[in-house]
Amino acid sequence: MTNANELTIAAARDALRKGELSAVDLTMSCLTAMDAGDALTAYVHKTPEMALEQARAADARLKAGDAPDMCGIPLGIKDLFCTKGVESQAASNILRGFKPEYESTVTSKLFGDGAVMLGKLNMDEFAMGSSNESSCYGPAVNPWRVDDRELTPGGSSGGSAAAVAGDLCIAATGTDTGGSIRQPAAFCGIVGIKPTYGRVSRWGIIAYASSLDQAGPMTKSVRDAAIMLRSMAGHDPKDSTSADLPVPDFEAALTGDIRGKKIGIPREYRVPGLRPEIDRIWTRGAEMLRDAGAEIIDVSLPHTKYALPAYYVIAPAEASSNLARYDGVRYGHRAKLGAGDGITEMYEKTRAEGFGAEVQRRIMIGTYVLSAGFYDAYYNRARKVRALIKRDFEQAFAAGVDAILTPATPTPAFGLGEMQSADPVEMYLNDVFTVTLNLAGLPGVAVPVGLDADGLPLGLQLIGRPWEEGDLLNHAYVLERAAGFVAKPQKWW
Amino acid sequence: MSIDVETARRVAKLARIQVDQGDLPALAVELSNILGFMEQLNEVNVDGVEPMTSVTPMRLKRRKDEVTDGNIQDLVLKNAPDAREGFFAVPKVVE
Repeated sequence: MTNANELTIAAARDALRKGELSAVDLTMSCLTAMDAGDALTAYVHKTPEMALEQARAADARLKAGDAPDMCGIPLGIKDLFCTKGVESQAASNILRGFKPEYESTVTSKLFGDGAVMLGKLNMDEFAMGSSNESSCYGPAVNPWRVDDRELTPGGSSGGSAAAVAGDLCIAATGTDTGGSIRQPAAFCGIVGIKPTYGRVSRWGIIAYASSLDQAGPMTKSVRDAAIMLRSMAGHDPKDSTSADLPVPDFEAALTGDIRGKKIGIPREYRVPGLRPEIDRIWTRGAEMLRDAGAEIIDVSLPHTKYALPAYYVIAPAEASSNLARYDGVRYGHRAKLGAGDGITEMYEKTRAEGFGAEVQRRIMIGTYVLSAGFYDAYYNRARKVRALIKRDFEQAFAAGVDAILTPATPTPAFGLGEMQSADPVEMYLNDVFTVTLNLAGLPGVAVPVGLDADGLPLGLQLIGRPWEEGDLLNHAYVLERAAGFVAKPQKWW
Repeated sequence: MSIDVETARRVAKLARIQVDQGDLPALAVELSNILGFMEQLNEVNVDGVEPMTSVTPMRLKRRKDEVTDGNIQDLVLKNAPDAREGFFAVPKVVE
């Protein structure tokens, strides 16, 4: 048998229910892997005592025959989720030492189903970044490597992707504002789904850009994503944008049958400079879906090109409002004040010391585009373009398209530090294929499909209709089976 | 639109982030580059398009206007950098 920490949710669930494995043993196996994986800097706060306590409670439930799917499954939780009594600092110095007195809705639901928390996972500061390098803890490291360089796991949910790919947990939570689940999933060869906006409650998740943020599972298989999403999803009166819709059994939707489905290939995603290996795998993915009986059709999403600039107006605008709360008064860091410093100096010094460079940059961009005289030129114009991007998708779906297939990222994982000297805008290009969905509120899933010539994982993205994550995951399931991606990073840590 | 040093100083002030005088020119260049990237949005014809205000067309739920929690002053203050006598403490605001 493989080591227990290498199991999928589905396999662990079945073994737990059959009594072949106890939740405590499974948790011990993950805790051992977690401690042996410090070189990945995936975990930033470990909670072994809490994990074992939860595992013992899960074993009692399993024994009593009252065990939901997630019962006894050890998870890593992104540092963006507020977890009661456990450091939750969004990888920012401004929240150093912050221990929430409440539990986010997502983690309450997971724990309510018996899931186990191993610890908190690394990420880009306030989820702003695509390489994990803006973390106050230092970057998480991709378990995949091809030479002596350390590679980025992607971002912002980089710690989550590294922990899942390196088997330092069974699965992890992530959040996605512009691609922060799908890009790291693709870089690390795992599955990650961003659900429809409103499917999962945002309550208790530290906010970046509220009209774009959405949490989702990061897992070792499509089936696992279906199982875990069901536990995370559902209406929450504490998040007014969460949808009051029933949560279907996503796993039951995995029939493997997509005959007669129409898959759109958007021509605008064939961007200039697209790597040939990414283009090849995209074509191969389309062939796999065609071989499974789907019809492949060309579609046009004409405003695609404007998604990134629209995003980089809207997200910083929302961030500048959301992050105004970090003022050194109610929680987190407060700067040491000099003689004669008043409250304005307290705000300004606290925020200069507490926020990293990228966060400061986005707050200031957001402040600028919302300021008097520029609001219409930037913010309102971006919101109008956003409406057009959403309309592009609506028209494609109205024409009968069931799902859209695109690359997940423009490149495979790059080396940590390699983008340090780059212009911030170059880093933003990482999100070129993923950011459109956040603007349109649509669900999207990244699926590992193959390896590049160097042996690094490459992923494809499937985009679905709103609220049809089950159908979307079924397409992903077909792609996953056809691709037969079983490669694992060679353990070097 | 390019941002000059004076505008960079004003933006930093509005955002309540202290930026050293010497760092303002570099900040101005950086912000200008990002805004330059956004200029592409001017190519789009947005005549007659309403700005998107809600991601999913959905009526906000209503609930009774009533207190649903409270009496947790100690929990509210627990993470404060400086709390005294049941209040958040800050430097003197009024002379």
